[in-house]
Amino acid sequence: MSRIRSALLPPALAILFAAALCAVALVISGASPLTALGVMIGQVGQGTTAVDIVNSAAIYYIVALAAAIGFQMKLFNIGIEGQYRLAACVAAIVGGLIVLPPVLHTLVIIVVAVLVGAVWAGIPALLKAYRGVSEVISTIMLNAVSLGAIAFLIRPDSFGVLQGNNISTKPIEPSGQFPGLDTGAGTIFGMVVVAVLLGVGYWFLLNRTRFGFELRASGESATAATAGGVNAKRMVIIALVLSGAVAGLAGLPEVLGRDFAYTLTSPQGYGFTGLAVALLGRNHPAGIAFGALLWAFLDKSAIALDNIGVPRDIVLIMQGSVVLSVVVAYEVVRRYELAAEQRRVAAQLRGAPAADKEVVG
Amino acid sequence: MTDYAVELTGITKRFPGVVANSDIHLAVRRGEVHALCGENGAGKSTLMKILYGIQQPDEGTIAVDGAQVRFRSPADAIRAGIGMVHQHFMLADNLTVAENILLGAEAQLGIGAKAKARITELARTVGLNARPDMLVERLGVADRQRVEIVKVLYRGARTIILDEPTAVLVPQEVDDLFATLRGMRAEGFTFLFISHKLDEVRAIADTITVIRRGACVGSADPGAVTSRQLAEMMVGSELPSPETRDSTVTDREVLRVTGLQLAADEGGRSLLADVDLVVHAGEVLGIAGVEGNGQTELVETIMGMRRATDGTITLSGTDITRAGTLARREAGIGYVPEDRTRYGLLATQPLWANRILGHQSRPPVARGGLIDREAARRDTRRIVEEFDVRTPGVDVAAAALSGGNQQKLIVGRELSGDPVLLIASHPTRGVDVGAQAGIWEVLRRARADGLAVLLISADLDELIGLSDTIKVMLRGRLVAAADPATVTPEELGAAMTGADGAAA
Repeated sequence: MSRIRSALLPPALAILFAAALCAVALVISGASPLTALGVMIGQVGQGTTAVDIVNSAAIYYIVALAAAIGFQMKLFNIGIEGQYRLAACVAAIVGGLIVLPPVLHTLVIIVVAVLVGAVWAGIPALLKAYRGVSEVISTIMLNAVSLGAIAFLIRPDSFGVLQGNNISTKPIEPSGQFPGLDTGAGTIFGMVVVAVLLGVGYWFLLNRTRFGFELRASGESATAATAGGVNAKRMVIIALVLSGAVAGLAGLPEVLGRDFAYTLTSPQGYGFTGLAVALLGRNHPAGIAFGALLWAFLDKSAIALDNIGVPRDIVLIMQGSVVLSVVVAYEVVRRYELAAEQRRVAAQLRGAPAADKEVVG
Repeated sequence: MTDYAVELTGITKRFPGVVANSDIHLAVRRGEVHALCGENGAGKSTLMKILYGIQQPDEGTIAVDGAQVRFRSPADAIRAGIGMVHQHFMLADNLTVAENILLGAEAQLGIGAKAKARITELARTVGLNARPDMLVERLGVADRQRVEIVKVLYRGARTIILDEPTAVLVPQEVDDLFATLRGMRAEGFTFLFISHKLDEVRAIADTITVIRRGACVGSADPGAVTSRQLAEMMVGSELPSPETRDSTVTDREVLRVTGLQLAADEGGRSLLADVDLVVHAGEVLGIAGVEGNGQTELVETIMGMRRATDGTITLSGTDITRAGTLARREAGIGYVPEDRTRYGLLATQPLWANRILGHQSRPPVARGGLIDREAARRDTRRIVEEFDVRTPGVDVAAAALSGGNQQKLIVGRELSGDPVLLIASHPTRGVDVGAQAGIWEVLRRARADGLAVLLISADLDELIGLSDTIKVMLRGRLVAAADPATVTPEELGAAMTGADGAAA
């Protein structure tokens, strides 16, 4: 089907192009591209790599969904970084302070994370809707603020606990942890299931609900949406808050499945990865899943390549060039297809009486 | 050297499925004001884009001062002494007059005293009174237009294309502009004046060329031709008549607007002042007016896209002054916006998704917060059939349709869901004659079925032909009423310019 072809062809070409680019970079740096490729593919079967890729991909998937919700409306939620970190921190604090029956305890932690993410994203949302403040600027600044807030919250004087050289929140009791699936070669986070459900929910929301329709209409043409009765301010607020709520979940796979606390050394940078993965997946739930897996796979390759002496930075080049070429490829295909469709429509309608033909002015 | 500043010979330009210009010949003598007339969509703009190098002709040649040229970009045209003042000004509000003029032309005289002196000199030529160091955002429309003219003169233009220069001006400013043009003509400048306002064309032009459906249909001597004759040349001998037959007006009020006020965003004259109007079921109320006199604001306020400063709007007896746009649509208002590509359609989405827009909360396309795609497709197919939308299917993107078919789709959508009131803003602007006749027929039928219609149009024949009552809008007020049975376009035109108290 031509629709499927036009959806899959651009990313396939883009990945090939990015791979070729990397091969050139490898040759220049004196390594063999084929060896590198062999190592990258070979690593998947070794140790816990496959499970690690799935776990990382789940996190990337969640942040990318958060980014995609904003992208649908042409909103750039750069603040996912701050939202997920603050949400994870506060949720870990709450989770460590209380003890509840198993499932309930976990649920409370998840709800807290969602709320914190939503509230934190609500600040730029309100600023944008009522004061016209660019969400890009305000979310970047709030990232810095959240960093400070986290540092304050996990001080030993506040809610932190000193553990060796590291400061962390009070550990979450087993009742609050999210059990994973032990494969023998690593444990798959339980939150992976949540990520998949989120993807399904995102698809349904976007394609089957009035809210999704209004979201996409606003993104396509703000003026037409307004004339069609879509409340622009309300949409900005809901989209950003929803994006923040989803972002709030992104820190939890590790907090609930591996670390059981939020520490000074908890991972960071997922927010920016999310923006890239959402671009890679064209805001489509399946596309984003693929993008998240690819990104996680490349991340892990860095370590494997390092082991055989290939510079690990080649992975960064690969990731950057994939995103860039995907964006370019889709835009080229989109323009080509619109022109093709216009030609096709015109061709099918030829033979209609001359009086019905439109004259472009 | 020939007598002709510009000669276009055999220009043909095709777009996918459409011939925009077909074998057009146009010769413009040096030092004349040459008017190019034609309906919206007749191909005037395409022809001028070709002359200005924005588009390349498929066939035909261009000669400037007798020498054949080939323009690959506007820069080539500018070098040959051709300038264009676009209908929508291309000025940076936050820069000064001088900066706007020099932007991109720094290489000519630098940006120092020499450049300033030249600007002052040119400003005098075109009667621009604003100081060169004033910010453009503080200028009125007429002054901005003059800045645009200085801009092209500064780049050495001797032949100037004016694309619908009077559309944004009030009558007084039009007279001033014409005085300036006459003065510049005496200095040897040549103008190509694009317009479909026939009285203006007859007032300013030395020669008139009429374009219809992409082809030249003839030229006329402005001294001898009447507006009526010009109009017939523009639309063809058999003018599709927009006339309605018997009155279907009832005494049931559908829309009542009382004392409507709309303040300007940043002080200044209010956009709407004391607007009172009533539309009954089965009635078409036409609003006449020169563009920019508050018609757009009136429509957007009734639709809830702008918040009225004062006054009330009631629909079938219910006060909707504070309701949102969607609530007003749900209450039974249909809306055909004046700019369909910006306000009416989601260009890259399929037709069925466009059917949902504005109906996203109502059956058949939505139910309980969910979208029913199958029902949307089905109902779009109904519209395509009923309103004669020429399309291969309902899954093509809206942008793939021609303007007339897009408009028929919008009209069909807005008449879905049994509206009680239809607001039609320039419903046949930029559509071909066939679609125009179709849309008129649809409006007539809907009126006979008891629909109340608020019609805004710049096409006076359309307005007189379709309306049961006409009100004239000037500077945000309804200043006169006219009976379409007796009023002539000339009388209406006089009322629109404020030259006349009441037209009937």
